[in-house]
Amino acid sequence: MGTVRRHVFIAASAERVWELVGSPERLHEWFPVVASDVEGSTRWVALASGLRFEEEIVTLDHDLRRFQYRIINNPIIKSHLGTVDVIPDGPRRCVVVYSTDLDPEAMALMIGGAAGDGLERLRRTFEGDH
Amino acid sequence: MGRKILFVTTDQQRYDSLGCNGGRVARTPVIDRLASEGVNYRRAHPQSVVCMPSRSTMITGQHVSTHGVWMNGVPLPDDAPSIADDLRRAGYRTALIGKAHFEPFLDPFLRFTENQLAISGEHQRMVEGRLHRGFEHMESASHGGMGNFHYARWLTENHPEAVAMYYRVLDMSLQVNAAGGGDTGAPQVLYNEIPREWYHTEWVAERTMSWLDSLPADADWFCWMSFPDPHHPWDPPAGERHRVNWRDLDLPAGYPTDVARREAVLDAKPRHWRLWYDGDFVSNFEAPASWVPRTLTDDQVREIEALVHIENELIDEALGRVLARVAERGWADDLDVVFTTDHGELQGDFGLLFKGPYHVDSLMRLPLIWRPAPSAGVAPTEVTAPVGLVSLASTFAHIAGVAQPDYVEAPRLPETPAEAVELGHERVLTEWDSVLFGKILRLRTICRDGWVATACLPGTVHDGTEGELYDLANDPLQQTNLWNDPAHAARRSDLLADLWDHLPRTVEPRRECDAPV
Repeated sequence: MGTVRRHVFIAASAERVWELVGSPERLHEWFPVVASDVEGSTRWVALASGLRFEEEIVTLDHDLRRFQYRIINNPIIKSHLGTVDVIPDGPRRCVVVYSTDLDPEAMALMIGGAAGDGLERLRRTFEGDH
Repeated sequence: MGRKILFVTTDQQRYDSLGCNGGRVARTPVIDRLASEGVNYRRAHPQSVVCMPSRSTMITGQHVSTHGVWMNGVPLPDDAPSIADDLRRAGYRTALIGKAHFEPFLDPFLRFTENQLAISGEHQRMVEGRLHRGFEHMESASHGGMGNFHYARWLTENHPEAVAMYYRVLDMSLQVNAAGGGDTGAPQVLYNEIPREWYHTEWVAERTMSWLDSLPADADWFCWMSFPDPHHPWDPPAGERHRVNWRDLDLPAGYPTDVARREAVLDAKPRHWRLWYDGDFVSNFEAPASWVPRTLTDDQVREIEALVHIENELIDEALGRVLARVAERGWADDLDVVFTTDHGELQGDFGLLFKGPYHVDSLMRLPLIWRPAPSAGVAPTEVTAPVGLVSLASTFAHIAGVAQPDYVEAPRLPETPAEAVELGHERVLTEWDSVLFGKILRLRTICRDGWVATACLPGTVHDGTEGELYDLANDPLQQTNLWNDPAHAARRSDLLADLWDHLPRTVEPRRECDAPV
């Protein structure tokens, strides 16, 4: 099992950031994927490489501001849990933490790398290009 | 018109694989001739013994601590300096054909430009206001027929039946595949039924000649021709197997045939050596995680050796064809050729294969040959002073008549032994950092005055007191570790002091690792 964690501090309220992060169908607006569609508790994510992930939404807690999901029905991925937390750090700042536990462990690094890109894009969305 | 630069790299090639360096099996007349006409460096080291960090050093002229690509899977930032960019701005046409690997290969999100170029079939892209890595033409290849590479695209489009002929580099866990093949069941070995003319070595040479053919006669150019071999998998075209019969080969000098002797040698080294040999500690993705080195047999070593020799002969012949094409274009008198590799291969030494945190000649001593343009009038010679791949960028600038960029961290390669002293080639440094889900291993190494000292920094296995010290003249196979020998305590102390004085400060924060390779 591979465990990775990325985080970013954003100069925006947790409420504003969660409005985007807590909308699973809007993943493509900040994460490096080309499309995301939600049907019930299933999300379909299309990658630029042509791969497509089927995901089970495990947690969508608007009070805790936590989103959890699993990649399922994938020939490579044996087990997976992804967690995104938006945690307030005062009224106008928050930290977004993206954690992934994944078997095979090598795949965790690639999800982590994409998360790093996504979090930086998220920061720019709320703070602008600086 | 100025001098043209053909920069030829292989991947994971040992110093002793070439005839000019004492190799007695593979026939490498083309490279041997370059050595006899140019400068053969007898003690050249990489600044990292894995691909991405070492290649990042080649293009930036910086140590690993500075460019920050501390392991495979850590992308070189888009805005990192590139000597190709400097040459291009000086009017040179620039190309990289073959294995690049400044960015991770495994890229399901298609985040990296190298991979995007291959998928789209493009050959260049402007990134942040400059040509990516400074190359106007990039065509990529790696060790097989799949993945985000121009070669894989070409093979799929033209010879789809050949894609699956290659060894499958990764297993279903995305680890380096441990599956054995050939006559001996050696890991990463396969008798590849691909015809020679479709093999990646041939493709790299063909694409290089095609690019050269596209240039006007009066162009100055810098072409990095980067062969993926002889890096594993060891799967050259089966039609070439007749070249070397593994049953005819002697075992390599660095492979202690007696198991007790082999394990005694390992036990005298820092603990991570024996731990990996026994399969108890895998600290990186550079070898199959499920392969245990102590299972290696004499015949497996011989068979791998034979396949490597075959791959090296194919490289030599491909290079010969490219040099002939250069001569046909009328450029021979103005052509500089620099030949090297990114790191070595254990290839049976100490009972081990592949590479890892093992700073010995198997991985660190590299072939490095600079054949200056005949028009430059540089006399053939050998240089024994320690030099590093970190000097390549400034060497290319020198050849092109470009001022040495301020970002490089080493002087150019010397043309004579005397110049090695004048330029300050006293020492060469190599770093290893691996952080694999909490398993941390860090080494810092210096080579100078005929000695190699490696300090194991505190990590998962080491507490900071272990290390290695070898006398290269009297122990050329590095089988006697003098680190704890009181008679050499002062030498050890002096070498480490020099190491800490000259090692660049590590870039902070540490760059993230985005893939296993």
